[in-house]
Amino acid sequence: MNRPTYIHAVVLGLFCLGFGLMLALLDLVTEEDIALRMVEDKQSSLAKVIPANLFDNNLVEDVLKVSDPSGAEVEVYRAKRAGKVTGVAYEIKGSGYAGAIRLMLGVDAEGRVLGVRAIAFKETPGLGDKIDEKKSDWITKFTGLKLGAPPKEKWKVKKDGGQFDQFSGATITPRAVVGAIRGGLEFFDTHKAKMLETH
Amino acid sequence: MTASYRTIVRDGLWDNNGVLCQMLGMCPTMAMTATATNGLGMGLATAAVMAASNLLIAIFRNYITQEVRIPVYILIVAAMVTVVDLTFNAWMHELYKVLGLFIPLIVSNCLPLARLEVFAAREPVLPSLVDGLFMGIGFTLALTVIGAVREIIGGGTLFVDAALLLGPAFHFMETKIYSGNSVLVFILPPGGFIVTGLLVAGKRYLDIRAGKPIVTGPVGHGV
Repeated sequence: MNRPTYIHAVVLGLFCLGFGLMLALLDLVTEEDIALRMVEDKQSSLAKVIPANLFDNNLVEDVLKVSDPSGAEVEVYRAKRAGKVTGVAYEIKGSGYAGAIRLMLGVDAEGRVLGVRAIAFKETPGLGDKIDEKKSDWITKFTGLKLGAPPKEKWKVKKDGGQFDQFSGATITPRAVVGAIRGGLEFFDTHKAKMLETH
Repeated sequence: MTASYRTIVRDGLWDNNGVLCQMLGMCPTMAMTATATNGLGMGLATAAVMAASNLLIAIFRNYITQEVRIPVYILIVAAMVTVVDLTFNAWMHELYKVLGLFIPLIVSNCLPLARLEVFAAREPVLPSLVDGLFMGIGFTLALTVIGAVREIIGGGTLFVDAALLLGPAFHFMETKIYSGNSVLVFILPPGGFIVTGLLVAGKRYLDIRAGKPIVTGPVGHGV
């Protein structure tokens, strides 16, 4: 092996350069499609939490930025029919058994839940993943409820003295989801005026 | 030491199975086998990455110097994983929503790396491609079987969500075997260790009965 040492650096460098270029090119090619898919995903998750008869605008484009209690900005999508706000949808987060649970919450102008869906989570398959509407109808049972009906202290899982079922073997996940929805509705109450005003 | 294709295929699927014999790739094996469908999806994505990276290393093997081979292997595996990740995200988005979480995990799997080192770095292009593909398929089979056992005992179902992974035509695969009284621990992490251990023991038992010598670890393919 009389090859000079720098030859290894050259080999490794060339491979890095080659594959780096290839990945950069692929990223360029896929960038637009991936962005489109993200918008489609957002549209379909919004469509699940706001009934189609409530709006005639493009939900994805009607975004209002509102700060939540922690200071982070929440993107609020507004459903409008004939120029009047009929409902809003925004992402809420719960802290589950395995990291954050992201949910999309739709609320009508009176503060009633129009629908809520889990959009991303890493909960245990077979246990915590029952929050997914594909696995169980648990998440659909929130539709039509609001703060006050049931009363605020009942917005908990049964184990904590509330009225919502937990899953056998998993309490942390439903507790996080119920808490997130309650927080989401409180967020609506706080910013109701701003969310519902029409320009 | 060019092996015959028959041996390569047999090695990948059974004799030197990545999970059941070489005991490699245990991280995704434990993490992704709570259901048979998850195991199948993870296995197929891994098989694609393994076939592609084996092929590339076999093509470039004469240009890669001994001293920097490991970083080059890792670079190529990571690049292939990124290719799979980006293309699935852009053009097979439904599948990506199911597999997306698992794809980056492939980088942490040492089975592709081991096949690059012991096979693709020494063998011609075509056998290397076959080796990567069949090692990947063997990995897929092992993961699917482990997933199926865990899912049946732990949840009472089999191939739940198969239609999400393979398309609506595969709804028939989703079976509910029984309800209630499932042994939850099999879906939880300990179940992965228990089932994998039992399957490794079962494979050894069959091999001994067939009169094959007992091999511990990847003997003959030295890792």
